[in-house]
Amino acid sequence: MDQLNSYLFIAAALFSIGLFGVMTRRNGIAVLMGVELILNAANINFVAFSRFGGMNLDGHIFALIVIVLAAAEAAVALAIVINIYNNLNTINVDEASRMKE
Amino acid sequence: MMDNMFILYSLFILFLPLLAFLIQIFVGKRLPRQGDWVSIGAISITLVLAILMFISMISRYDPEFSNEASFTWLDMGEFKIRLGFLVDNITIIMLLVVALISTCTHIFSTQYLKGDIRYSRYFAYLGLFTFSMNGIVLANNLMSMYMFWELVGVSSYLLIGHWFEKDSAANASKKAFLTNRVGDIGFFIGIMLIYNAVGSFAFTDIFDGVGTGLIAGGTLTLAGIGLFMGAMGKSSQFPLHIWLPDAMEGPTPVSALMHAATMVAAGVYLAVRIFPILTPDALLVVAYVGGFTAFFAASIAITQSDIKKVLAYSTVSQLGYMILAVGTGVYTAAFFHLLTHAMFKANLFYGSGSVIHAMHHALHEKHDHETDPQNMHNMGGFKERMPITYWSMLLSTMAIAGIPLFSGFLSKDAILAGTLSFAQHHPIHFLLPIFGFGAAAITAFYMFRMMFLTFHGKPKMPELIEDINESPKEMTGPLVLLGGLSFFIWYTLPYFDPMSTHGWFTDLVKPSDAVVPGNLTAKQIEDGAHHAHYLAMYVSIGVAALGIFLSWFTYIKKGLSAEAWSRRAGFLYDWSLNKYYFDENYDRFIYQPSLRLSKKVAWIDWELYDKYFINGFGRLTSWASKVTGKFDFDVIDQLLVDGTGRIAALFGRQLKTVQTGKLQNYVLYVTAGIIILMIIQSF
Repeated sequence: MDQLNSYLFIAAALFSIGLFGVMTRRNGIAVLMGVELILNAANINFVAFSRFGGMNLDGHIFALIVIVLAAAEAAVALAIVINIYNNLNTINVDEASRMKE
Repeated sequence: MMDNMFILYSLFILFLPLLAFLIQIFVGKRLPRQGDWVSIGAISITLVLAILMFISMISRYDPEFSNEASFTWLDMGEFKIRLGFLVDNITIIMLLVVALISTCTHIFSTQYLKGDIRYSRYFAYLGLFTFSMNGIVLANNLMSMYMFWELVGVSSYLLIGHWFEKDSAANASKKAFLTNRVGDIGFFIGIMLIYNAVGSFAFTDIFDGVGTGLIAGGTLTLAGIGLFMGAMGKSSQFPLHIWLPDAMEGPTPVSALMHAATMVAAGVYLAVRIFPILTPDALLVVAYVGGFTAFFAASIAITQSDIKKVLAYSTVSQLGYMILAVGTGVYTAAFFHLLTHAMFKANLFYGSGSVIHAMHHALHEKHDHETDPQNMHNMGGFKERMPITYWSMLLSTMAIAGIPLFSGFLSKDAILAGTLSFAQHHPIHFLLPIFGFGAAAITAFYMFRMMFLTFHGKPKMPELIEDINESPKEMTGPLVLLGGLSFFIWYTLPYFDPMSTHGWFTDLVKPSDAVVPGNLTAKQIEDGAHHAHYLAMYVSIGVAALGIFLSWFTYIKKGLSAEAWSRRAGFLYDWSLNKYYFDENYDRFIYQPSLRLSKKVAWIDWELYDKYFINGFGRLTSWASKVTGKFDFDVIDQLLVDGTGRIAALFGRQLKTVQTGKLQNYVLYVTAGIIILMIIQSF
């Protein structure tokens, strides 16, 4: 049980760091890195519960799906960031506010 | 197999003329010869079919022969109307009459209407008429009979008004149509009374229903008189006789076909068909109407100078005879007279048409457009110029006058014998035979007066006589044919006795008993007529001889002066000449009052109803729409519709402050939201 708790602590810490990154960074790439951290925190939880919760390989498969999803997300998001940079000459997400009234 | 043949032939006979009508009305003008050969072809086929049916009837020689076919025309639950054909001996004879006269008329018309501006339309209408007349003849029920009845009225209207540029023709066609309408209202009431009681329109059902007492007494009398009113209108019986003389405005072949032989006989045909359900009271009405009409119309014919008017009143009078025969119970004699009359009267009209054609031609040569080509006082001495017309007309005149050896003698004699026997059974009705014999005498007189004035004596207009020529063979052909059919022999074969009606007709058309109680049986009527036969014959030969002698003495021998006698007769002459002032009195007592009433009603309609009610309604509506318009604009549009928009805009303005456009803020909100949800969850 203690081993599970330690995994959960690590995951929670990772999640908090990621959330913190998303909330504070204005650099688009940094925000994406925060999101990756959050996803990996969730992955750790999946695998931990799978290992210690007696759920066979279900968690692992979920983790793999999340990784694939994260890769796809990163590809799309980076493409968006490149486009923002092409158009606005910056990757500061606060600057991308043309649709604001 | 045989039976189906009759129905099949009937279908062709009915619809071929309709086909001819459709072709003529739509493409007739563009066809060679304006398409008269289409109509003549169609009608000739019906004539051939009618002759085949007739031969088949003669070969089976069965008085009971009857063949019915019907189909459901309208089906609405409880309410069903079945229409169909009834083919019996009466139908077959009548079909042959219609087809024969119609064919003759078609052929005659090719010359008589040569060069007419509406030549193809004229033939189209002839087809329409033949179709509707065959419809009446074939109907096995009152409903389809009524429909075809009205169609006949329409075609009569169209043909009388053929030369509608003439006011008199246009008015005559309207008069014919409207006068028929009066009778048709009665017809319709009669049909509805019977349908209400019996629940069917078919003749067989009606006879059964009356026989079992579903409708009886006063209602049945009323229904019978209602149906008879239809016959009065079509057959031009007093007091609805006024239209037929005016209908002579139509082309003469039309007069021969419709207003002498077939259409006006439809009334008699109807009366013959419904005879079994007529109560004694209704029959009495029928007999008196017919008898009076026979006498009364004959008395008008004496003084007329227009050759067609004489024939028209003579037709009214002869139709009166037939109706009288129905009323006195010898309805087969009525049908027999219908048959013989159709032949000789159509022929007389063709003859008059031939004379008028010649007159017209002669006047045209002289460039005289003032003289009336129909006035007999302009004729005279045509005998040598138009021998075929003269001799064939003479045969028919002898037939109508009731001279032995001719067809009219037989049928008229049968009617007079029936009338005499009726008076012997009911001495109180002695007037009926007096009407009958009186009319016979007058008929003989005025028919020979017509012949003498037209063909004998010195020409009244000698300058014309050189230009009077015999008509072309298309016109003399029908004259010769129908003149030949005025001999008695055609109606009494296979027997040869000029004094007796006994023949194929009497063998094949047997009277049936009336289904209402109180009437004499067919046997009693026949016996009575048989007893009265010789008396009736002697008296009728006597009165006919008297009439012809007087006519000869006055117009050939000049032993009596017609002018002096007309002065001596005083007001009687004036009455007869002016047709008893019927038109004038109808005008004064019916048309003018109803015109005045219509004007009053129109005034009320315009001044009160339109101005106050309708216009008031208009004003009220426009005021109401102004109010509702204001409500719509102020309340609906301004307050509700725009109000909703404004509320939405207000919320939008408030909520847009949340949308800062800063990503961190959104993430913060999401995280805060999740945290709040988790806190709520944990409680």
